[in-house]
Amino acid sequence: MGSTSSEQQKNLLSKIATNHGHGEDSPYFDGWKAYDENPYHPTKNPDGVIQMGLAENQLCFDFIEDWIKRNPQASICTTEGIQEFKDTAIFQDYHGLPAFREAVAKFMGKVRGERVRFDPDRIVMGGGSTGANEMITFCLADPGDAFLIPSPYYPAFDRDLRWRTGVQLLPIICESSNDFKITKAALEMAYEKAQQANINVKGLMIINPSNPLGTILDKETLQTIVSFINQKNIHLICDEIYAATVFSQPKFISIAEIIEGDGSCNPNLIHIVYSLSKDMGFPGFRVGIIYSYNDEVVNCARKMSSFGLVSTQTQHLIASMLSDDEFIGKFIIENSNRLATRYKNIRRELDKVSIGCLKSNAGLFCWMDLRKLLKEPTLQEEMVLWGKIIKEVKLNFSPGSSFHCYEPGWFRVCFANMDDETMEIALKRLQKFVKRSKEKRCGSKEEILQKQSSAKHLIS
Amino acid sequence: MAIAIDIEIEKPSVGLSRVAVSDTHGEDSPYFEGWKVYDENPYDEVRNPLGVIQMGLAENQVSFDLIEEYLEQHPEASATWGNGTSSFKENALFQDYHGLKTFRKAMASFMEQIRGERAKFDPDRIVLTAGATAANELLTFILANPGDALLVPTPYYPGFDRDLRWRTGVKIIPVHCNSSNDFQVTPQALEEAYNQALAMNIKVRGLLITNPSNPLGTLIQRSVLEEILEFVTRKNIHLVSDEIYSGSVFSSSEFTSIAEILESQKYRNAERVHIVYSLSKDLGLPGFRVGMIYSYNDQVVTTARRMSSFSLVSSQTQNFLASMLSDTKFTKNYIKINRQRLRKRYEMIIEGLRKAGIECLKGNGGLFCWMNLSPFLEKPTREGELGLWNSILHEVKLNISPGSSCYCSEPGWFRVCFANMSEQTLEVALKRIHDFMEKRKTDQRNHLSY
Repeated sequence: MGSTSSEQQKNLLSKIATNHGHGEDSPYFDGWKAYDENPYHPTKNPDGVIQMGLAENQLCFDFIEDWIKRNPQASICTTEGIQEFKDTAIFQDYHGLPAFREAVAKFMGKVRGERVRFDPDRIVMGGGSTGANEMITFCLADPGDAFLIPSPYYPAFDRDLRWRTGVQLLPIICESSNDFKITKAALEMAYEKAQQANINVKGLMIINPSNPLGTILDKETLQTIVSFINQKNIHLICDEIYAATVFSQPKFISIAEIIEGDGSCNPNLIHIVYSLSKDMGFPGFRVGIIYSYNDEVVNCARKMSSFGLVSTQTQHLIASMLSDDEFIGKFIIENSNRLATRYKNIRRELDKVSIGCLKSNAGLFCWMDLRKLLKEPTLQEEMVLWGKIIKEVKLNFSPGSSFHCYEPGWFRVCFANMDDETMEIALKRLQKFVKRSKEKRCGSKEEILQKQSSAKHLIS
Repeated sequence: MAIAIDIEIEKPSVGLSRVAVSDTHGEDSPYFEGWKVYDENPYDEVRNPLGVIQMGLAENQVSFDLIEEYLEQHPEASATWGNGTSSFKENALFQDYHGLKTFRKAMASFMEQIRGERAKFDPDRIVLTAGATAANELLTFILANPGDALLVPTPYYPGFDRDLRWRTGVKIIPVHCNSSNDFQVTPQALEEAYNQALAMNIKVRGLLITNPSNPLGTLIQRSVLEEILEFVTRKNIHLVSDEIYSGSVFSSSEFTSIAEILESQKYRNAERVHIVYSLSKDLGLPGFRVGMIYSYNDQVVTTARRMSSFSLVSSQTQNFLASMLSDTKFTKNYIKINRQRLRKRYEMIIEGLRKAGIECLKGNGGLFCWMNLSPFLEKPTREGELGLWNSILHEVKLNISPGSSCYCSEPGWFRVCFANMSEQTLEVALKRIHDFMEKRKTDQRNHLSY
């Protein structure tokens, strides 16, 4: 037997394995590579690239670590927690530890200002919200079916919702002219387009608060959406993983609040995806949640969660932490305040160089408007600008096109994954760049005027 | 703005996916029926001594004290989290799908120790997944398209029906093994299964073996592994070797991992081989969801790593285990003692069953034995087996797993777990079996006397 050629080898793997559904060939990842090769460090590499493409919440770790120190029993590996080690380690029931489900349900209610209650028995685990989003897709749609999704949207949805499921994503175009709001007309248009293309729409996916916009959906929009999905008899999946990052008015309205008061909505259509990766800052712990108002979906998803259960060691820690009412109450407020401060700071510094952002009140990022820095309002120019921002300014921003934004010039800029000093440096770099760009443009305007006047001189 | 919607009393069922409404999750099989009966009336030495004893759960509870002892000597310092090697913050933020390097190194070393250092493992070929459940499904997604098939020797772990088929759309074609040669896989059986697939126009993409075997508790002999490797190479298909019971082998020298064979062949044809491992059985930590794929194929490693995003191992758990499994003094001692205790349990149950007039397949590893009740069936059929199973479940109050739920082609075999309980409970279970068999003999004698 000779060695197999790589072509032969390729044929040995599945279509899913060899297509690009993993999404890592997108330019979105080029910025990461630039950062990985030259990461900023305050002393070791002060000229390095500052990571602003990672939506992580690092603002409250001191608060949390303090709790960890004061609560050694929350870990089953400490002297105080070891008596729970065995029972926790052998517990593999996909219902999850009851204390975990109860604590998560309580937390979700608190984050929504106690305006709704969540039933612990409807909580199903997923491997992070990445796993949860894929799982709910497997439950609701067949290969070839489609979900509608407002754009711009989180790039990894292309992988999470489509790769192994074979489901399609059809964008609902949102425009800056009305602050990227989701309109009834846009919903209908997207649905109609799918009908004409003979694509079976099974659901609508919304992310609220929005990634990358950082905005929340108002009551009217939510009601429009609920009416729409009821009328079309399609599912509504609400990814609310940034729920606790709302840092200023107006207050967050969860889909849970809308349907509780609305008897005309079919609850079997409503499903919420949640996670602790953003609100708490625990992406490593892989705590993803599906909360469905549909019993059949709860049952099915629970069985499916076997593929992405949360480590019981982590369930135990989270159960302990989230059931500390006093701590959580303080955390939610502190988290919100620190995010608000960061946001205000950024807006103030950007104002100084006349750079605007979409007005937002949530998330770990802002949606920055750099359209006037583009030579032309095209995708190519957005890529050129982005290249400059990474290579010259050494900031890893995420270009709007990677979020399927149809208008060039918008960038998502994360602000919660660094300390104050780094943030200051990043903003200074950006301010310098903007000023330089203006000078260049003004400079060239002067050159043109000079040329024109000398030309006139020549002619006359 | 409210829109009036006609709400009928009988709503048309809102469509879920085909995957959602299928029963490929497999929970309607007797394997799970027995669990339900146990759940409703679980044995407890003090509070419910007449309850159902769970012998259908392949869990390893015999060596927890060793882990607890390690923890007592190396408690996680609450002030610094993880013995100061990384802060809570770093740990909580770590979501890189490569996994913690220290953890992968520790796993590679652990796997080498289990195999008596007869094979080497490269930490960079390890892809971490949330349990072997996720690993097996993930590999299937990578190696086969919907409608394709994997060959699996029978009897096999019932969970494979779900793990390999449910969301992947891939089929399982059984490779029939029987008691005439102690249920070993033969080249003829492999060819037969392969040809059966051909006849049905189904593309076979790989063969999945479990070694040590669940439910048999036996090891695949070296010569058979070589035949298997030759078969998959000839057919140009993959080989997945699920070795999750490798640390539960009673005598280390008897176990041959596919890794050893590949090493001895200088990794010729290795790119078609993938190993699945987990800490659920050997370390008794199923709740922690620690599984992995070890592949000799670079493309599979890269793709599996990307796909593992859907089922990563909690960084908190990686951190803890990296510490514990890097302690070679602990791991060497654990592996040795765990083996000894499992062997002792095995000998205890075999002896107890023999006294009751019941023979088992000779096993050399795992957390269960493969019990032969075929001489005691009313009819040598699946119905006969399920009838006897029902009696054992409801009268003897033991939840054991009928061979038919493992797709065994011969009726009358049962998998009986022995490591998920105390020695005292095992004695109670053996006494119940003994009494049951005695009563049967008496009944038969009385019956015959008429």
